[in-house]
Amino acid sequence: MNGILTRGIFPVLLLIALAGCSGKKGVDTGDAAQKVYVAPGTYDEYYTFMSGGFSGQVSVYGIPSGRLLKVIPVFSQNPETGYGYTEETKAMFNTSYGFVPWDDAHHPSLSQTDGMADGRWLFINGNNTPRIARLDLKDFETAEIIEIPNSGGNHGSPFVTENSEYVVAATRFSVPIPNADVEIKSYAKNFKGTISFVKVNPQNGRMNVAFQILVPGFNYDLARSGKGPSHGWAFFTSYNSEQANSLLEINASKNDKDFIAAVNWKLAEEYVAKGMAKEMQANYVDNYIDESTRIAKTDKKSSVKVLDPKDCPGIIYYLPTPKSPHGVDVDPTGEYIAAGGKLATIIPVHSFTKIKKAIEDKAFESSIDGIPVLKYDAINAGEVKDCGLGPLHTEFDGEGYAYTSAFISSEVVKWKIGTWEVVDRIPVYYSIGHLLVMGGDTKKPFGKYLIALNKITKDRYLPTGPSLTQSAQLIDISGDKMKLLLDFPTIGEPHYAQGIKADILTKDFMKIYKIEENKNPYMVKSEKDSKVVREGSTVHVYMTASRSHFSPDNIEGIKVGDKVYFHVTNLEQDWDVPHGFAVKGNNNAELLIMPGETRSIIWEPKSAGVYPFYCTDFCSALHQEMSGYIRVSDINSKTALSYGTGK
Amino acid sequence: MRISSVFLLLLIAAVYVGCGGEKKAKTASQEAAALGITPFELENGIGPIKEKLKLEAIDNAKVKAGEKIFVEKCSSCHKLDEKYVGPAQRDVVKRRSPEYIVNMIMNPQEMITKHPEAKKMLAQYMTPMAFQNVTVEDAIKILDYFRSVAETKN
Repeated sequence: MNGILTRGIFPVLLLIALAGCSGKKGVDTGDAAQKVYVAPGTYDEYYTFMSGGFSGQVSVYGIPSGRLLKVIPVFSQNPETGYGYTEETKAMFNTSYGFVPWDDAHHPSLSQTDGMADGRWLFINGNNTPRIARLDLKDFETAEIIEIPNSGGNHGSPFVTENSEYVVAATRFSVPIPNADVEIKSYAKNFKGTISFVKVNPQNGRMNVAFQILVPGFNYDLARSGKGPSHGWAFFTSYNSEQANSLLEINASKNDKDFIAAVNWKLAEEYVAKGMAKEMQANYVDNYIDESTRIAKTDKKSSVKVLDPKDCPGIIYYLPTPKSPHGVDVDPTGEYIAAGGKLATIIPVHSFTKIKKAIEDKAFESSIDGIPVLKYDAINAGEVKDCGLGPLHTEFDGEGYAYTSAFISSEVVKWKIGTWEVVDRIPVYYSIGHLLVMGGDTKKPFGKYLIALNKITKDRYLPTGPSLTQSAQLIDISGDKMKLLLDFPTIGEPHYAQGIKADILTKDFMKIYKIEENKNPYMVKSEKDSKVVREGSTVHVYMTASRSHFSPDNIEGIKVGDKVYFHVTNLEQDWDVPHGFAVKGNNNAELLIMPGETRSIIWEPKSAGVYPFYCTDFCSALHQEMSGYIRVSDINSKTALSYGTGK
Repeated sequence: MRISSVFLLLLIAAVYVGCGGEKKAKTASQEAAALGITPFELENGIGPIKEKLKLEAIDNAKVKAGEKIFVEKCSSCHKLDEKYVGPAQRDVVKRRSPEYIVNMIMNPQEMITKHPEAKKMLAQYMTPMAFQNVTVEDAIKILDYFRSVAETKN
């Protein structure tokens, strides 16, 4: 009996127990822990830049560890650093609608040279109040935000061209152009879309809306620029070819096919050069960090060049695509254009060679507002069947395979380019939106890892009330079978993300701002020059910070009703030594000042008294001592202006 | 029992003397080796200066340039005659070799983790010396400034 128990029943029971454990939610992934383990003190192999969605920011993760490295403030004010609150950064939020301190950031796009991410800049769209931001990857800071005129929502953006000639912008919502007070029901008559090409200055990255193309009033959704043979073209999905203006869920889901707009931007450039574009009045702004002062400036623009396809044959064609297409993705060779359809059950893949042939042969099935609609059979290279429900986005591994996210069936489906057969599939948890393969939108993807960016996390993490974290899942794609390695939480909602080999960025990055190059008009070069200057009821405090004191740290003679500007220069020239500055009761943010930088914040004291200020960023053993007092007197008091340190 | 106790005491004493003797006899090169640095580094600091500098006569223009750099890059922590965030600097050339001074300016992070003298200073002042993004040429100008102020002390 005893023998039977140990030799027979017990191992069986153990097996049953183990099987019970490992059946849960894709757990039991063998050597997954080893594959994502990045030993203390060593670096991750890849940077991944994720959109923050409704947080408005960009987050930077190390892969494969999934460690959060930085949140870069872009479209949302950030009191943690003073971004959007300081005198140096406030102007970044200027728009033609005034100060807009938030946006919805969706699609990061790394700048490219010859179809490869070059590590210079990261572009990302603001969806709500149409904008595109440019981040400088030398210091991981937002360097420019340009507004897109004649747009109802900048979703299909920025998706750089092969050499970052342009970033693109397609309006998600069509609107009256120019905007006008019309009946909403007059949608079909009055509403239009635009597709914009924003030129990127190859030297300094500065953006400029080069031209727009006026298009029928559909909802333009996502985009990709061509590469290799399709370089010079860009592709934009659209839905709502029904032109519904209410209950789009039903009314914009009636047609079996909507369209991908294929735009020949090189030809469009020629039309612009020939003077075919109409100069249209439009108010928008370009906010940028001035390179010498590092202070944000706003250029106001009052017109934009607009091309009408009716006058410019050949610049745009519609590719019929089922059904309510969402993602449009171009393979590494530039030949194949795969479309996801929110309500589709297949992935149509169009061939660029066939598109060109169909244009030559005039294989058109109809024309909409002067835009030829190509015949589906003339352009289609193949359909991926059994691709999951609601295929959305596709990325490529450079080994001849494509990976598509399927939202409704919560999975990633791997298929082979050319045969269009599904070769592998893996469930994801849950409701995947975008996905990325490292370098998966370039001519030579790095492959190796895929990240699923999921909309719903439900039971994947410890519960935190009704609001749960958003989530990413790291999947190993180095073998024949995809393997789930890691879940990790993300900032805001990660729509799209892009990954780049770390060494492309680490070979040239910034550790400090050189104090010699600081041209902020309120900077002081040394403690000796720190001062307080009164100009009527405005007071400028020229302050220095170094470990671990401010100069001046005692200030008297401020009066109730004064506008006090603290201009704090961090004199340190050492990596990773920021100083913070906060003053009690300020109706404003704090300052976080990087080494060699000057940042300014306004404080308007409302009552007499003595107010402490202090350094908020732990800087040394005597960080707690890094503090000071500012005395505020009644408006009629005779307290003289005085200041100093150590006196 | 008694014999063994005496023996034990003698043994301990011998070991003690042995150790002490060794300590006394330890040369600079042994001390450096124990710290994992070279004797030159022990005397002259760890950094870009790896051999003795050929110092020229004090040049007024260089002193002026050195003073400007000192004021802008160093003076928020160092004064000439008072202990501030870091030690007073007027007599630094009497305490340290010129090479040590330049290496401390150029390579403070490694100095405070490896060099026994710099480690002592960190333990005393508690705020780590920071690299202030200067060149070796700048550091030598600061050295010239220190050489000049050491002479002008009244």
